Amino acid sequence: MSRTRISLAASAAALVALAAAGCAPQPQNTPEAAGPEDASRCTTDSPSLHQSGRLTVATDSPAYEPWFDSNTPSNGKGFESAVAYAVAEKLGFERDQVKWVVEPFAHSYAPGPKAFDFDINQISITPQRAKAVDFSASYYTASQAILTLDGSPYAKATSLSAFKDARIGVQVATTSYQAVLDQLKPSKQPSVFSTTKDEVTALRNGQIDAIVTDLPTVFYLAGAELENGEIVGQFGYAGGTPEKFGLLLPKNSGYTSCVNEALGALKADGTLARLTAQWLSASANVPELKR
Amino acid sequence: MGKTAVPNRSATSPDSPDTGYRPSDHERERQRYRRSRKRRHTWVSTLCTLLGLAAVGAAAVASPGWERVDRLFFDGAELRSAFPDLLRGFWLNIQMFLVAEMLILVLGLLIALVRVTRAPGLQPLRLAATVYVDVFRGVPTLLLVFLVGFGLPALQLQGTPSEPWLLGVIALTLSYTAYVAEVFRAGLNSVHPAQRNAARALGLDERQTLRHVVLPQAVRNVLPPLLNDFIALQKDTALVAVLGPLEALRAAQIKADYDFNYTPYLGAALLFIAVTIPLTRFADRLQRRAARRTWAGADR
Repeated sequence: MSRTRISLAASAAALVALAAAGCAPQPQNTPEAAGPEDASRCTTDSPSLHQSGRLTVATDSPAYEPWFDSNTPSNGKGFESAVAYAVAEKLGFERDQVKWVVEPFAHSYAPGPKAFDFDINQISITPQRAKAVDFSASYYTASQAILTLDGSPYAKATSLSAFKDARIGVQVATTSYQAVLDQLKPSKQPSVFSTTKDEVTALRNGQIDAIVTDLPTVFYLAGAELENGEIVGQFGYAGGTPEKFGLLLPKNSGYTSCVNEALGALKADGTLARLTAQWLSASANVPELKR
Repeated sequence: MGKTAVPNRSATSPDSPDTGYRPSDHERERQRYRRSRKRRHTWVSTLCTLLGLAAVGAAAVASPGWERVDRLFFDGAELRSAFPDLLRGFWLNIQMFLVAEMLILVLGLLIALVRVTRAPGLQPLRLAATVYVDVFRGVPTLLLVFLVGFGLPALQLQGTPSEPWLLGVIALTLSYTAYVAEVFRAGLNSVHPAQRNAARALGLDERQTLRHVVLPQAVRNVLPPLLNDFIALQKDTALVAVLGPLEALRAAQIKADYDFNYTPYLGAALLFIAVTIPLTRFADRLQRRAARRTWAGADR
């Protein structure tokens, strides 16, 4: 009897000790969100920054063209790299004060402290997602496009309904998946790949008939990855509300308004339009597909 | 019957020999004591388990980030909306598992048998089996899924399947056959040579010896590790996601990444557990029954 009591007490004590030692709350090192009236909030040593005196920018690896160039975000080439540096400049950071970190997409919305000030990774803004993270204003509006091989029976399609019996490939975690279900309404389940590289391989192998992804990526794939790719056309998605890319910030980041101010200024002075034309051009004369 | 059994048991009991065995007061007292002790043990262990769970739960809920975790991992509405897709995806996992399982059992056993044969003429076959096991057990399963899934169709051979789930099953079969062959080989080697000699002495030929004496014992001996591999295989069907089919993991990933909410992953995990736990209990029972048969009460 006394033995059970001892073991009870021991296990209870062990539990308490475990809970105390292993699971003690982490010290909160993220400062409280600074109010808008705080004058120091958007300076380069703002308390809202992940690391004072530098801007920490995250993106996934590999970083694909045309958003980045040669998987090196820090070279300032590619649309999103250029946008990140433009935002940094507006916020008062020198080029060498910008530090790039790798953030896998599925980890970018994880709870807990973040290792970046903002994440730029073709992330679409949706109200659902905004429950978990902060989004900046949008810096690009993407439409979807369909890519196939030039010998394919689908290469000459003129409407979305022509893809009813096609085997479609999309990339996971893109809006394209929902766009395919809603607009193309294929009879076969779309294949969902981890990367665009896998999509292209499957298309070449004849495992799928067409790739659906955002227009700039389709341009890159057709230009650089496939020698016999054929861009069939583009279509808008999200039930009238176009797909907008935003910068992802930690939930309740005190820095969101600063980034928004910078993006607003870039829009106003035409920098954003210039960067879009420079890195994402050539998308003008792709036929619009309807159902 | 009673007469021979009873006397030595109830030698000290006052009962008459004709009425059969009746426990003595001492024995009854002992049984009462054991029963009450067992009852109390059950109570104490239940109470401790509940207390432990409550403590862990309270610690989780009391932690500063709980509200966020609750919203991101335990969102009921999110789970309900994801569940039909998860279930559809999981059905594909089950199908892949069952098909691969059959192939693996047959091929694994064949390779194991080849490896334990002694005939000198079979040396090339033995060598091939050894190389096969070394290579495919050494390559990470995910790499095999990539290599078979994208490499095999790239060869553009006549009749190559292009369905991703089928390619996935081929990759899983290649990988797991290597593990299972080794398990079977261990089982075959665990049967004492005397068993074979005895079977031959009874007049069974080589084939009958294998079929009726060696294999049953070998399989019985390796049942737990075999099931281990099958549970691992069942989980690894999720690796086929990289080839494009909408199995449970991919369905969860789509929903999770679309809504920035991890609850669908939890739902998929629950589905996998819901299959593996009954499978484990079933194997435990098989194992107990086999052990009872082998030891014939010697463990009591």
